[in-house]
Amino acid sequence: MKSTLKALLMAAAVVAAPFVAANTASAEGEKYILVSHAPDSDTWWNTIKNGIALAGKQVGAEVEYRNPPTGDIADMARIIEQAAASSPDGIITTLADFDVLKGPIRNAVDQGIDVIIMNTGTPDQAREVGALMYVGQPEYDAGFAAGLRAKGEGVTKFLCVNHAIQQPTVGERCRGYADGLGIDLGDAMMDSGTDPSEIKNKVLAYLSANPYVNGILTLGPVSADPTIAALKENGMAGSIHFGTFDLGEEIVKGIKDGTIKWGIDQQPFLQAYLPVVILANWDRFGVLPGNNINSGPGFVTKDGLTMVEKFAGEYR
Amino acid sequence: MVDIAQTDERIKEISPLRRALIRPELGGMVGTVAVFLLFLLFASDSGMFAAQGALNWSLVSAQFMIIAVGACLLMIAGEFDLSVGSMIGFAGMMVAVFGVVLGWPMWLTIITTFAICLALGALNGWIVVKTGLPSFIVTLAFLFILRGFTIYIPQTIERKTIIGGIRDAAEGDWLAPIFGGKIGTSFFQWLGEAGVIEVFERGSRAGEPVVDGIPMLIVWAIALVIFGHVLLTKTRFGNWVFASGGDAEAARNSGVPVNRVKILMFMFTAFCATVFATCQVMEFGSAGADRGLLKEFEAIIAVVIGGALLTGGYGSVLGAALGALIFGVVQQGLFFAGVESSLFRVFLGVILLAAVILNTYIRRIITGER
Repeated sequence: MKSTLKALLMAAAVVAAPFVAANTASAEGEKYILVSHAPDSDTWWNTIKNGIALAGKQVGAEVEYRNPPTGDIADMARIIEQAAASSPDGIITTLADFDVLKGPIRNAVDQGIDVIIMNTGTPDQAREVGALMYVGQPEYDAGFAAGLRAKGEGVTKFLCVNHAIQQPTVGERCRGYADGLGIDLGDAMMDSGTDPSEIKNKVLAYLSANPYVNGILTLGPVSADPTIAALKENGMAGSIHFGTFDLGEEIVKGIKDGTIKWGIDQQPFLQAYLPVVILANWDRFGVLPGNNINSGPGFVTKDGLTMVEKFAGEYR
Repeated sequence: MVDIAQTDERIKEISPLRRALIRPELGGMVGTVAVFLLFLLFASDSGMFAAQGALNWSLVSAQFMIIAVGACLLMIAGEFDLSVGSMIGFAGMMVAVFGVVLGWPMWLTIITTFAICLALGALNGWIVVKTGLPSFIVTLAFLFILRGFTIYIPQTIERKTIIGGIRDAAEGDWLAPIFGGKIGTSFFQWLGEAGVIEVFERGSRAGEPVVDGIPMLIVWAIALVIFGHVLLTKTRFGNWVFASGGDAEAARNSGVPVNRVKILMFMFTAFCATVFATCQVMEFGSAGADRGLLKEFEAIIAVVIGGALLTGGYGSVLGAALGALIFGVVQQGLFFAGVESSLFRVFLGVILLAAVILNTYIRRIITGER
C-alpha cells in the first residue's frame, strides 16, 4: 500500500504544479474569455491567440483562450457555460452552431456578462443572443465575392476542398463561391478530412478523375497546404486557378510563386484584438462603436505581400 | 450461486476491513477525493463549486458516466466498442431526420431511433461472435460506417450537416421530457428566491435562478449506474458477464450463454450511446455530424480509470462512474483553475497513467498475483 500512496502523491504533485504557476501569473484588471469552436489541430487559430494576448497586454486585461479539443460544438456549449460560471467581465465567442450555442450565450448575457460574437455567425444572430456586436466576415458574401472574381478570371468548373464539413458556416463559403460563379454546387464540394496526406491524395484523385476542373477553392490552411503540395506534384501548379480562404505561411509562399492566385483574408487578428479592446473600453468608460465590424473580406494578391509575409501565422 | 452465504471450507476467510479495502473501485475513490481536494485548493474562488459551476462539471461527468456504464459492462464481458462516438452522432442525426425532416411525432422518432441503434449494436455483437474477429476491428469498421452515414444522410436530404429545430418538434411531446426535461424546478426556484443560488440579472429570464433544475441527463446517468451495478453484482446475469470476459471457453463449458451475453452487452452499449445522443439533441435542439467525436475513447478512459481490466473479466460499474466523475471534474476544473487549455491532454495522460498504475497495484493485492 505504501507504494500506491507514493504514486498517488507524485501524481498529485504533477497535476498541481501548473495551477500554482497559472494562479500567480494572472494579472490585475478585467477578465475576458475567448471560446472558439476550433479543434486543437486547427493552426489558423494561433493568430487569434496572439491577437487576444497582445490586446490583453496593451489594455492591461486578463485574457484566456478556450476551445473544445475535438471541435465538438456540444462540448463548446459546455465550455461557454463553464466560462459563464466563472463570472468573467466578458466572453468573446463564435456562433458555430446557432441552435446549440444560443441558449448558453443568452444565459451568460442574462447573467450580466458582456458578449461579443466574433468570426462565425451573422450580425442578426449576434443581435438575437443579446451580444454587444459582431466582429467578423460574413461567410456566404465572402464566398460569393470570391466566385464573382473567379468567374471574371475564367473559372468554369471547380473543386471546393472542405476540411470542416461538420461546420455548416464554412460550407457556406463553397455555396457562395458556386453561386458567384453561377454554377450548381453539385458534387464539387469535397469532404477532405483534416489529415494532410489524405487531403493531398484526395485532391490528386479528384483532379485526375475530373480533367475539366479549372478552378480550386480551399477553405483555409488546413486544406490549402496539402492542395499546394498536390498541385506541385501533378504539375498543375500555376496553370489551374487556385483561390483560398485565409492566410498562412504556405499560402503566402504559394501566392508569391504563383501557385495561388489570391487569398481571402478575413483578418483574424482584428476579430480577436478588437473585441478585447472594445470590451475593455465598454467596461471602463461605457463607450461602444455603433455598429458591427466587418473584419474582411480582403483579397491578398502578389502585390503588397511584405507585411503579410512578415507576420503570416503570427498576426496575419 | 445463491447459497454462497453459507460457510464453505473452500472459501478463504477475509477480514471485513481487508474486504472493504480491496474493492476494484478503490483507485477511483482515492482519485475522486484527490481531484476534489486539488480543485478545492486551487479553484475554489472561481465559481467552480457554486451552483452553476457544480452543474457544469456534473453535466460533463454525467455525459461520461452514461457511455462509461455501457463500455464498462462490455469491457468486463471481454469486448470493446469503438463505435460509441459515431453511434452518438448517428443516433442524434436519426432523431433529427425522423422528427424534423420527416415530421414524425417525437415519441415515435425516439422509439424508432432506439430500435435502429439497438439493432446496430446487436449487429456489431453478432458479427464479433460469429466471425470470432476482435471486436476492436469490427467496431472500428462501424466507427467509420456510422460516421459516414451521419455526414452523408443530412448532406443528401438537407444540403447541410447540422439539422436544427428539434426542440420545437419535441414541444408538448410526452416522451421527450424524459430525455430533455429537468426535475426539481420548483425547489431551485425556491433556492433562487431564498438567495442560496444566484439569479439572472437581466433579460427575459431576470429573477429566475441560474440553475433551474436537475437535467434528466444527470438522472439518466445515476439510474444507469445503479442499474449496471445491480445487474453486475447482484444477479446471475452479472456473473455470466464476468465469466464471459474472464475465460469465454471455460464459461461456455459450464453452461454460460456467452454469445448471448456478449450480444446483449453490445446492445446495452448502443443503448447508452443513444441515451447520450437523445439527451444531447433534446437539450441543444440540433443534431450535427460532428457530435460524439472521440467519445469512445473517453468512455474507455473513464472505465480504465475506474479500475476495469482491458482484457475483460474484471471491473466495476461504480469504479467506471467514479472514473467518469474524475474525468469530468478534471476537464472542466482545469478551465476554472485557469490552466492553458492546450495542456488538458497532458493532464489527461498523467491521470490515466497514474490511475492505471494505482489500479494495477490494488489488483495485485486483491488477486495475490506477483
